[in-house]
Amino acid sequence: MTLKNHVANHVRDIPKSGIREFFDIVAQEKDVISLGVGEPDFDTPWHIREAAIYSLEQGRTHYTSNLGLPALRGAICNYVQRHFNVAYDPRTEVIITVGVSEALDLALRALLNPGDEVLYHEPCYVSYAPSVTMAHGVAVGIPTRAEENFRLTAEALKKRITERSKVLMLNFPCNPTGATQTRAELDKIARLCIDHDLIVLTDEIYSELTYDQAEHVSIASLPGMRDRCVFLHGFSKAFAMTGFRIGYACAPAALTDAMMKIHQYAILCANTMAQDAAIEALEHGAREVANMRREYEHRRNYIVRAFNELGLPCFQPVGAFYIFPNITSTGLTSREFSLGLLERKKVACVPGPAFGPSGEGFVRCCYATSLDQINIAMERIGEFVQEARK
Amino acid sequence: MDELLHLLRQNARTSNENLARELNSTPTAVAERIARLEEEGVILGYQAVIDVQRRAADVVTAVVEVKITPERGGGFDRLANRIAKFAEVQSCYLMSGGYDLLVIVEGRTLQEIAMFISEKLATIKGVLSTATRFRLKTYKENGISLMRDEKHERLAVAP
Repeated sequence: MTLKNHVANHVRDIPKSGIREFFDIVAQEKDVISLGVGEPDFDTPWHIREAAIYSLEQGRTHYTSNLGLPALRGAICNYVQRHFNVAYDPRTEVIITVGVSEALDLALRALLNPGDEVLYHEPCYVSYAPSVTMAHGVAVGIPTRAEENFRLTAEALKKRITERSKVLMLNFPCNPTGATQTRAELDKIARLCIDHDLIVLTDEIYSELTYDQAEHVSIASLPGMRDRCVFLHGFSKAFAMTGFRIGYACAPAALTDAMMKIHQYAILCANTMAQDAAIEALEHGAREVANMRREYEHRRNYIVRAFNELGLPCFQPVGAFYIFPNITSTGLTSREFSLGLLERKKVACVPGPAFGPSGEGFVRCCYATSLDQINIAMERIGEFVQEARK
Repeated sequence: MDELLHLLRQNARTSNENLARELNSTPTAVAERIARLEEEGVILGYQAVIDVQRRAADVVTAVVEVKITPERGGGFDRLANRIAKFAEVQSCYLMSGGYDLLVIVEGRTLQEIAMFISEKLATIKGVLSTATRFRLKTYKENGISLMRDEKHERLAVAP
């Protein structure tokens, strides 16, 4: 019996992830230097791991409240107030989730009626469009362009707003482009959201990884925006805690309560020892975060210059740990470039279209890997580019 | 700390070209800055960090806590410098607390170090007492862990 017909239509119609497909190919190769990862190369700082061990030792192996440990919710609200300048009530306005991915899913499911339109900028994180589809919404991508350093402009946003527009998803600093927003542009976007009564899901998972001492502005901190924003964040990137699967959403009580209904039945609560580790991260992790940020910044300087020297232009992003160079001068498509580079030179990067149609002509390279590896990878990419241009 | 010094402390063998890339600078500018730091005595030297247990079994290390009498006009400095001059002394620090100088001494054998301390160090005028402790095993050296952690697996491609 073929079960294909039994799969729900809206799930069946979701295309296979471009990343997944590429992962399967890379998995067959040996000794690959990978610039295709989406997580820090640092192991979780020891004091945070130690806190998780201590939690286990203390027998903290039971459920927590649905919203998450009160101590963690308190620590999160302090942290968000201090770093993002937005105040939330730890009792009713924050929910701890299994990674920020769950928080995003909860928000969409809590907000969307079938057919509601969700605006998002692309290229973007791979789960955005499918998550909207799975929540029965309609994903409306807004292309961003290399000429504008992949920023979302209020102008481009305005063109896509319709009667059915309900939600705007933002992710700055952005995976895969490293794009960040200026306060001035966010102000204009905020004004549009207020005028058109849009709810904003703002995924700021990379915000601690902002370089050049640039200011990270949360749209939730702008006048009139707190009450129409779901602020999404987590521990994976800044604290190198991807495997802990711990994130959170902060939102006005009515929205938090709606998200909580889904969370309590689907998940019950996030992992208890991961929550304990997260408290340690917030309270004592600043120094390690600063160290990692400094390391990433050096690598970014290195890799951006190296790509530009090869004639594969890319702007110097101010956030996250990705660069998104333009590879069209090689005469190859993104897919041909990535496959060729992998097969011939054993270097993995991700083709831009995996993150949306506007990614064609680009590849995503992650510099969360040691400088020695980046060095070798760049030599090999140099050889590959020369051969391709012949 | 200064970004260049930070990178050199991590790996002093990084080429000027690569340092320049990391710091958004030029190799010439990096070379000039390094030369100046050397001249100013900020950079004292470049050494390999070695696990002596593996390749240099004939190295014995002791830390010696030394109490000395400070001198009018010179405090601890004259005597400390005198102690530091011995080739056996790897490092010498003035400390707060129950003793004055912490002296790290290297020798080929336990006896050699014991002789150095009893004959040279302890007999200097102004040295009141010494307490010697020998190193048995190294777990971390200059910030580098000697536990060879296996590299943890990351997915080669991830979103």
